[in-house]
Amino acid sequence: MTTASIPAAGGRRRQPTKLRRAVRRNVTAYGFLCGALICFAFFSWYPMIREVILSFQKTNFVDPPKWVGLENFRTVVSDPAFGPAWVNTALFTVLALLCGYGIPFVTAIVLNELRHARAYLRFVVYLPVMLPPAVSVLLFQWFYNPDYGLFNQVLDLFHLPGLQWLNSTSTALISLVIVSTWMNMGSGTLIYLAALQTIPSELYEAAELDGAGLFKRIRHVTIPQTKLILLVMLLLQIVATMQVFIEPYLLTGGGPENATVSVVYLMYQYAFNFGNLNAGNALGLMLMIVLMVFSAIYLRVSRDNTV
Amino acid sequence: MSDTTVMPGRSAGTPATSARQERRGPRRPRKPMNTQFRTAVSPHQLNTTRGRIVYWIVLVIVVVSFTAAFVFPLYWMITGAMKSTEELNAIPPTFLPSHFSLDGYLEAWDLLDLGTLLGNTALYAGGAWLLTLAVDVSAAYALSKLRPALGKVVLALMLSTLMIPPMVIMLPAYLTVKDVPFLHWNLLNTPWAIWLPAAANGFNVFLLKRFFDSIPRELLEAAEIDGASPGRILWSVVIPISRPILGVVSILTVVNVWRDFVWPLLVLPDSDKMSVSIGIASLSSQMPQNVLVASLVIASIPTIVVFFLFQRHIMAGLTAGSLKG
Repeated sequence: MTTASIPAAGGRRRQPTKLRRAVRRNVTAYGFLCGALICFAFFSWYPMIREVILSFQKTNFVDPPKWVGLENFRTVVSDPAFGPAWVNTALFTVLALLCGYGIPFVTAIVLNELRHARAYLRFVVYLPVMLPPAVSVLLFQWFYNPDYGLFNQVLDLFHLPGLQWLNSTSTALISLVIVSTWMNMGSGTLIYLAALQTIPSELYEAAELDGAGLFKRIRHVTIPQTKLILLVMLLLQIVATMQVFIEPYLLTGGGPENATVSVVYLMYQYAFNFGNLNAGNALGLMLMIVLMVFSAIYLRVSRDNTV
Repeated sequence: MSDTTVMPGRSAGTPATSARQERRGPRRPRKPMNTQFRTAVSPHQLNTTRGRIVYWIVLVIVVVSFTAAFVFPLYWMITGAMKSTEELNAIPPTFLPSHFSLDGYLEAWDLLDLGTLLGNTALYAGGAWLLTLAVDVSAAYALSKLRPALGKVVLALMLSTLMIPPMVIMLPAYLTVKDVPFLHWNLLNTPWAIWLPAAANGFNVFLLKRFFDSIPRELLEAAEIDGASPGRILWSVVIPISRPILGVVSILTVVNVWRDFVWPLLVLPDSDKMSVSIGIASLSSQMPQNVLVASLVIASIPTIVVFFLFQRHIMAGLTAGSLKG
């Protein structure tokens, strides 16, 4: 494989030189690669393998680790928060997709039509993405305060009754979705906008000549032309939102009554609050398997459709 | 409206036409809508009177709602920090703080020791930036231009890390930082706990390699014939022409480290080593609301400034990531 990639430099094709050059080139190349190889090995590859190993072990970092089969998984599954954690994560993902997937696309379509204030609107929609997530989340914690938060004050302005937001089981999860959408929709919007701008104008002109109205043009030109990016973003967003952690960690602590506990949050709790790291790993492995399915589809899609 | 293609300045120049237009009010020739980029709405419809009315209504709605949704919360945050606790609790709320004072900010700076927190975060972001560039640029260069044996396997392994959701391997990665295999170093509470994992970024390697692949081979061969070593070629030929992608990678790295929450939460538990997000979050429940809000403002200033300065790079990085995964 390597010898084939050497450019056939003018005439000098004697075997020893070629071999020596190949060896030297490989040594140099791995010299350049060693930093990255060390970083990846310690902080990506080894943790990936260890994630699997630890799920089937009992370790306390004093005694040698003990293989315990599926015990960690049994511990996790029998936890009363296990069911809610998955249901909430799934529900959060669905709701976050309803808001965080549709809204940015519609926004992008509208922005693409506007001829004024484009720079301002693009800047503004991306502003929350630039804030540290902890800042956005703590800001919304204040807004959600039932007594003096902005949201209830605005509701009060329209003579509507205030809500309990984070404190009620019925609104807590949707409150998290709102924060999440607010702080993340900017990137989706700008990505879609970039995709919309690559649509050739001839397609719209042709559709118009064929008598297609505005909504037909969006349905039959805009959406098919951005189908790929829509699919890619859908998969990426599923993977990202299923790892929701910071919102429940900072806003609700999983409460009230497990209404907002998520899988990653439960995993964190096992490791750092319940002192059962291996159970946390087992839970992480379950999530990894679920997410890998989406990642695999994503890779498949993006590989088949690029180049 | 066929006369919209006429330049408005020119048609207004003759008194006769402008007088006619005064009378006819709505039929003044206006600057036609910019139809350079054809979009879903037809330019013809957009230039009719009805089209224009609808367009301006939509524009106003969008601008107002975007301002309300994305700017107003920030305004509320900045002014909220200037209000006293009583004023924050007041009903109805005050739109402007009753008096302008920066005391809330000063108090937040002292109480939360924001100077230390911001300094820590700058140290983590800066170091991660340098290390990431050094490590990922040389790796991408080796994979793209030196093409060693098994290079494709190495690349595939690096890209495979993109498939692994970061949250899922955070526990074993934490254990690695706590006790690095073979070396038995404890990196907790040291900047290395942030720097080294930041450098293991498959996406950066991918972006850089893709850019390096596009550099014509002849350019490097010319340098090679002149006797330049691979290191010299990287430094004097490849890096100077790769500035755009280096900018994108730099911004992505710095912004990611600055915004990150979970990883620093795990590996930097000491309060004098915390990054600014973690520091504020850990003290948030003990602070008066106005002090907390002031600290949020201060914590967001650096990222907002970076955004102002490097908006183009940031948006380029965004689409570089999306259009190809």
